[in-house]
Amino acid sequence: MTIAGLAPLAPSYPIAGGLLIGLAAAALLLLTGRIAGVSGMAATATRIGSGGTPWPMAAAFIIGLPIGAALVAALVRRPDLGVTGSVPLILAGGLLVGFGTRLGNGCTSGHGVCGVARLSPRSIAATFVFMAAGIGLVFVVRHVIGGAHA
Amino acid sequence: MRSWLPGVAVGVLFGAGLALSDMVNPARVQAFLDVAGKWDPTLLWVMAAAIPPSAAAYALSRRMARPLLGQSFAIPASRTVDPRLMTGAALFGAGWGLVGYCPGPAIAGLALGGWQPWLFVVAMLGGMLVHRFASGTPSTDQQE
Repeated sequence: MTIAGLAPLAPSYPIAGGLLIGLAAAALLLLTGRIAGVSGMAATATRIGSGGTPWPMAAAFIIGLPIGAALVAALVRRPDLGVTGSVPLILAGGLLVGFGTRLGNGCTSGHGVCGVARLSPRSIAATFVFMAAGIGLVFVVRHVIGGAHA
Repeated sequence: MRSWLPGVAVGVLFGAGLALSDMVNPARVQAFLDVAGKWDPTLLWVMAAAIPPSAAAYALSRRMARPLLGQSFAIPASRTVDPRLMTGAALFGAGWGLVGYCPGPAIAGLALGGWQPWLFVVAMLGGMLVHRFASGTPSTDQQE
């Protein structure tokens, strides 16, 4: 799918969406004492790992994610989905994200939103590294190998 | 306590935020990471808006003896930046850049049509399983 056609998005959407994400993380912490880390919740929900979150809570959280997205798509704004159609690329990306988030104990939500908010040195370092790796990969794919969207 | 109730409520709120902010759109995320191309600030707005409520809740939690519905706070105590953390974050970031999905948006995207999020989530769970068996023991470490 083409990336070149990405339309600009008014900042009000990411600000409103970010507030919802932050409020969700805040509510989970104050209500249950848990960190809203999606990779850890996904591992617990599938019983691949057990991060201490009770299974019903983790499973319900994971099921809630697509429900919330579907509600917004139906009632507020239908998001575009600009995503590659390459099966090998998706498999490689998914494997790296799954393995990496377990090895590094978190992802964009647990480290990026929750960990950075409480100034955890581990989360700040992890966020810096995964941002740098993501920027590096996109640079190589688009500007070194591809060059099409430069 | 029915622990699924706060779980699903918070999950719905979180998923709604991911869709509203367009983080469920991998092209939007990759455009943020594409600093040498047509850069898009959307992800920065999301982080800037999400962190203050999260930080306020953390500050408030330190004044509370226990969470409203639970027995104790489970906040990771480790502050040690080690090679394992750095390697994991680098591998995660590489996969994130490659496709434009991190775990939350991929799972939230399951409801938005297209086969790509399904394949991505299956591969992601596969990667988690590989880690579990490669590390020998079922992972009991805390998420952060």
